[in-house]
Amino acid sequence: MRDLNTHIVLKTEDLSIGYNSKKESTVIASHINIALQKGELVGLIGANGIGKSTLLRSLTNVQPKLSGGIFINDTPLESHSNLELAKVLSLVLTEKLASKNLTVFELVALGRQPYTNWIGNFSAEDIQIINRSLSQIKIENLKDKKCFELSDGQLQKVMIARALAQDTDIIILDEPTTHLDMYHKAYILKLLQKLARETQKTILFSSHEIDLAIQLCDKLIVMTNETVVSDAPCNLISKGTFDSLFPEDLIVFDANTGTFKVKK
Amino acid sequence: MSWHHIIMDYRLPKAFTAIIVGSGLGISGLMMQTLFRNPLAGPFVLGITSGASLGVAIVTMGTSLFGGLLLGVLASKWTLVMAATLGSFLVLLTVLIVSTKVRDAMAILIIGLMFGSISGAVVNVLSYFSSAEELQQYFFWGFGSLGNLSWNELLILFILYAAGILLSLAAIKSLNSLLLGENYAKSLGLDIKKSRLLIITSTSLLAGTITAFAGPIAFIGLAIPHITRQVFSTSNHKILLPAVFLFGAIIMLICDSIAQLPSSDYTLPINAITSLIGAPVVIWLLVRKRKMMF
Repeated sequence: MRDLNTHIVLKTEDLSIGYNSKKESTVIASHINIALQKGELVGLIGANGIGKSTLLRSLTNVQPKLSGGIFINDTPLESHSNLELAKVLSLVLTEKLASKNLTVFELVALGRQPYTNWIGNFSAEDIQIINRSLSQIKIENLKDKKCFELSDGQLQKVMIARALAQDTDIIILDEPTTHLDMYHKAYILKLLQKLARETQKTILFSSHEIDLAIQLCDKLIVMTNETVVSDAPCNLISKGTFDSLFPEDLIVFDANTGTFKVKK
Repeated sequence: MSWHHIIMDYRLPKAFTAIIVGSGLGISGLMMQTLFRNPLAGPFVLGITSGASLGVAIVTMGTSLFGGLLLGVLASKWTLVMAATLGSFLVLLTVLIVSTKVRDAMAILIIGLMFGSISGAVVNVLSYFSSAEELQQYFFWGFGSLGNLSWNELLILFILYAAGILLSLAAIKSLNSLLLGENYAKSLGLDIKKSRLLIITSTSLLAGTITAFAGPIAFIGLAIPHITRQVFSTSNHKILLPAVFLFGAIIMLICDSIAQLPSSDYTLPINAITSLIGAPVVIWLLVRKRKMMF
């Protein structure tokens, strides 16, 4: 049992990320060593422009890394084909859908694509997994609605259900709470926490909701100009990591409440 | 005896041509609209018509420039078909090569448009130097025509068309995941460049051969997918593809019957009819449903 709990799903070793152009390479962050375990909810936080998206893009093989290693279940990321990667890692992105004319069921069902045959027919098992994903997110009642009829919060839930239907060990979400009101921000993150617990999937998301992330996540990855640290939120608080997150002229971190306060 | 002759050798091949043209152009239009995530795309955005027109323009109007050498072969229809095929094939080959180099599908769209402008300019230069007769021959090709195909020609058209349709069936799954956008499609395990190549090859086969045999048939490829989406209220290609096939074939047959002008010796240019019928249908559907399905 203990062995199961400490199973490392996603790991980086001395990873450097950034952009390679013909003349020079721009390093955004280096010496990144993180290890995400099975069933963990992990938040990625940092100021705007610090490289959160670059890190996520590198971890998902959208963008090549500069050096170091990324391992999924102890296999190097780059040795996965597109299809193999689709079976271990699913994404929820910030980009708009090209077409919102699909029903919720059809959209969630697209998550089964890595497993279906050449024309995309569903087996009984596929249908069962799609329905299970819908009920895990509690959106069975939206099943036959068109995506253009949904609110932003509902659509985000549908996209999470689609990632669930893809049945992967890891789900990575890029800023899943943008455009949502305070209630739905908390709702979505709480939902992710519940999913990580219940399905034992590793869920990594980037977010600006630091207060909520501190309360809900098992682990936080904090990116600052100097370093990338990852640890449990309470350890990070006692180490004072959040003090160096932002320039200190406007807001300060209050370790007692775990929130940022505006300087008076 | 003469009725038999008219039906077997004239009306029946024409009806088959109409079915092939309507369904083939409809399906290639659908694939282009999904690939480029653009409701204004059609089968000809890749420069197929411009390439074909350029080929035809060179054989019909190029004689003034290149001398009388070509004159002997000019009269035959096969020359026009060959010229159109060659022209569209060359343009498509270029677009295909470029498409493997660019990351964004939108760039391919722009590149297709640019090739259209280039061949349009060359056609302009050619027509400036040609005689009235040559101009007329070129313009008649541009009207489009469903008739004039013998059974042998129809067979060749059908074989290439069938290959295009088979490829489009193989693209259904990719097309559905492309509805989410290219990044999502990739995260679902799709090989984007391979799917792009499959979709473009299928479109080239369909739209290229149809244009070579029937001339540049306007509008159908753009309108049929919209009409079908509005009627079926879906973007799922498993439903859309067969539906577009049916609608394309039916609408083209109707257009052809109208162009045939009952009790008259004249046949109107099919290109005028497709737009006269198609445009009001699209407008009516959009106004009635108040929302564009895409």
